[in-house]
Amino acid sequence: MTTEVLTEDLSEHNQHHKMTGIKRWLYTTNHKDIGTLYLWFSFIMFLTGGALAMIIRMELFQPGLQIVEPDFFNQLTTVHGLIMVFGAIMPAFTGLANWMLPMMIGAPDMALPRLNNWSFWILPFAFAILIGSFFMESGAPNFGWTFYAPLSTTYSNGSTAFFVFAVHIMGISSIMGAINIVVTIMNLRAPGMTYMKMPLFVWTFFITAYLLIAVMPVLAGVVTMVLTDTYFGTSFFNAAGGGDPVMFQHIFWFFGHPEVYIMILPAFGIVSTTIPTFARKKLFGYSSMVYATASIALLSFIVWAHHMFTTGMPLFGELFFMYCTMLIAVPTGVKVFNWMATMWRGSMTFETPMLFSIAFVILFTIGGFSGLMLALTPVDFQYHDTYFVVAHFHYVLVTGSLFSIYAGAYYWLPKWTGHMYNDVLSKWHFWCSLISVNLLFFPMHFLGLAGMPRRIPDYALQFADFNKWISIGGFAFGLSQLIFLVVVIKCIKGGEKAPAKPWEGAEGLEWTVPSPAPYHTFSTPPKID
Amino acid sequence: MKRRNLGWLSLGSLLSYSAWADMPLNLTQGATEVSRNVYDLHMLVLYICTGIGIIVFGIMFWSMIFHRKSKGAKSASFHESTKIEILWTAIPIVILIAMAVPATSTLIEMEDNSNADVTIQITGSQWKWHYKYFDQGIEYYSVLSTPREQYENHQSNSAIKNEHYLLEVDKPLVIPANKKVRFLMTSDDVIHSWWVPAFAVKQDANPGFINEAWTKVDQPGIYRGQCAELCGKDHGFMPIVVEVKSEADYQNWLIEQQQLIAQSAEAEKASLNSSLAMDELMQLGEQVYLANCAACHQPTGLGLPPAFPALKNSPVATGDINEHIITVFNGRVGTGMQGYGKQLTLKEIAAVVTYERNAWGNNTGDSVQPADVNAAVAK
Ligand code: HEC
Ligand SMILES: [Cu+2]
Ligand SMILES: [Cu+2]
Repeated sequence: MTTEVLTEDLSEHNQHHKMTGIKRWLYTTNHKDIGTLYLWFSFIMFLTGGALAMIIRMELFQPGLQIVEPDFFNQLTTVHGLIMVFGAIMPAFTGLANWMLPMMIGAPDMALPRLNNWSFWILPFAFAILIGSFFMESGAPNFGWTFYAPLSTTYSNGSTAFFVFAVHIMGISSIMGAINIVVTIMNLRAPGMTYMKMPLFVWTFFITAYLLIAVMPVLAGVVTMVLTDTYFGTSFFNAAGGGDPVMFQHIFWFFGHPEVYIMILPAFGIVSTTIPTFARKKLFGYSSMVYATASIALLSFIVWAHHMFTTGMPLFGELFFMYCTMLIAVPTGVKVFNWMATMWRGSMTFETPMLFSIAFVILFTIGGFSGLMLALTPVDFQYHDTYFVVAHFHYVLVTGSLFSIYAGAYYWLPKWTGHMYNDVLSKWHFWCSLISVNLLFFPMHFLGLAGMPRRIPDYALQFADFNKWISIGGFAFGLSQLIFLVVVIKCIKGGEKAPAKPWEGAEGLEWTVPSPAPYHTFSTPPKID
Repeated sequence: MKRRNLGWLSLGSLLSYSAWADMPLNLTQGATEVSRNVYDLHMLVLYICTGIGIIVFGIMFWSMIFHRKSKGAKSASFHESTKIEILWTAIPIVILIAMAVPATSTLIEMEDNSNADVTIQITGSQWKWHYKYFDQGIEYYSVLSTPREQYENHQSNSAIKNEHYLLEVDKPLVIPANKKVRFLMTSDDVIHSWWVPAFAVKQDANPGFINEAWTKVDQPGIYRGQCAELCGKDHGFMPIVVEVKSEADYQNWLIEQQQLIAQSAEAEKASLNSSLAMDELMQLGEQVYLANCAACHQPTGLGLPPAFPALKNSPVATGDINEHIITVFNGRVGTGMQGYGKQLTLKEIAAVVTYERNAWGNNTGDSVQPADVNAAVAK
């Protein structure tokens, strides 16, 4: 009943109020507009974070300090990490959710459209504060994106307040976005779409949203404690006042581990959509995929201290967190095997979304392997805080999350713009990215094993060769991403007209509406049987 | 033509670095039983992952090659099998248990800190290590010894770099071979992490808390490592060098150190009655300053505000002498400014304070004698 009321209300309301120019974007409550805003914002942030990474790689091109000072180097790594996590990957997923969730469940819009507008429009302010701190006297945050106390509190360079304020805003934005996703999925599904009939994409966002609601407040709590420790004389993390710096890490990683699943579960949802399409075969083991996603989400709450094996935990703690972390390999393995089985005896074609999806499965799995290695406490003592870890999380976040976002973007671009993207350019984008990303991140495994710590601006001579090749890979990868920008702009401006369903094997409600998707879709809900 | 030359040049410069390369491509086996167990575990997981990878990726590539539409492949209709799902849940669990067993036993061994022969307290601070031998009365700081001009290449003044560039210190930690050496780790300021790969020891040094680790090295030799936890500006410049000596050499070293300590105590006493000329103070002061203070306050005295204040025209360095001395001697609690009373001799403190009061146009004309330092801190 509520559904009907909302539906009518929305369609009538918005038809009269579609504004033009900048006002359209500022005041919009339309899920497609907001999705577009999120996607552009995340891409701009991605290029910004990438530019910082380019400076880092220039400095590391050869031994010696050539370009930046060590303190500025720390600012670069910190802000690079924060921008990529909170500014690029997370908003890109929220953008995809905004665009696709309502269309996939046959809803007219997100359930809470004004909240939606607000959760996007506070984001630019958060990042203006964060990036603006580069131009202030204190400089930008320089304590790593993990902001361990007391480096971020007692010993901070004075940027802590900006940092905390920016993170608070990002957190509020994420929580509001997540609440919107949960409410939409629970209330606005088309009649007949039971939970176990939802596309897997919807399931992964549903579970991710719960994770966000659970852990973003924890992040808010810990940054607030950092704030009061720095400026108001509390001693949460200050041993001299009875606090404990290791407690900071426990609270941070209680947020931080689920956070990494927040950045990968939606990726699972995307490739579980694209792989069946281009293999022309139903997703293998739909229900086991749902259960695997849910168990990964639950397990993610009891493994946080695997980031902290060297902090001096008792043996029992180390064993507990090691075993729990190893367990995560089981549901993750199930997912990979299911994708493998979906491809098996399919009728495959290799359009760009499929190329990115296959690259995702293989390279994410490599990241998963190194994750399993890191789970083993005794060897983690050797890997921890080295380039091995840097390699690991870039495999899961770049060739994992980012590649899945590209897969999704290419997959739905025809639906968004009404045009097919330029196939040749998109293939260039894929192959250049694939080759350069491996040149960039694969050698990092070896650097880590050979003993190079992370977060250092200069290094011993033995590491020189590998760093040089990594930097070259980095520059090439950075440039390759500009191809994507060209593809998208060309695709918006024109190109071959896209039919309602451009992919032969595609399934789902989003393909039942014309391309480009009209401003309002499913004003009357479709019937699912 | 020109462009091509440039291309060759840069290619040449790429290749020329290869001369430096002899980086091991795998984890070190190290020099202890524990490090070898850790290495074995690493290889075990690596092989298992490679095996699984070959199978899974093999199947995927097989379908990519043979089950493609362009080859006329028709898609099958299967999309579920409880049997297979159970199978590929169960097999990984078995493999995981096979890994967990050796991991658990190695971990139990690593965490057994009992029955140590030698105990050493390791204290990290921005950006040096302090070693203190229990029951021996020996303690000293260990700092990077690579000269600044080798790593500060901003003006492209690339001095030839030492063989152990950034992995060398003035005074290494010395421990005996074949003895169980226990380390107690802590920190004076932020979190550091003491890591020597050859021992498979990486342990955080947390301010206000003490962590334990141990090693038992079988071969004398020199082993190098680095601080592994981001600890501020010069995190990349606080290496660790451990010199492992045979039992006899180690005993001799201990005696030598104790004699040195006795000698410097004598010298300290003698310095109280000495009076140094301004030139001498300034010269020594500059040396001390560049070695101990310039990382934060910069060779120019301008500091890196707001984190590290300028000393040029600073109210302290141009104001009350006693306050200046006390600041340097005791440091300021809860800031990067550590107390140098333990690290420098009275003479060195006198010299560096004199230097700071007269360098960079501070021109106070004051000269400070060791006895002045002693008097100021005694109050
Ligand atoms: C790890 C960085 C670091 C090093 C190394 C360091 N200092 Fe400092 N120093 C500081 C900081 C931070 C302050 C400001 C403390 C505060 O906030 O009160 C400071 C303050 C001072 C002051 C007081 C300045 C003022 O105007 O308040 C003097 C004098 C001083 N340092 C001398 C020295 C001398 C001499 C050395 C070498 C023996 C040295 N410092 C080494 C970080 C450092
Ligand atoms: Cu984790
Ligand atoms: Cu350190």
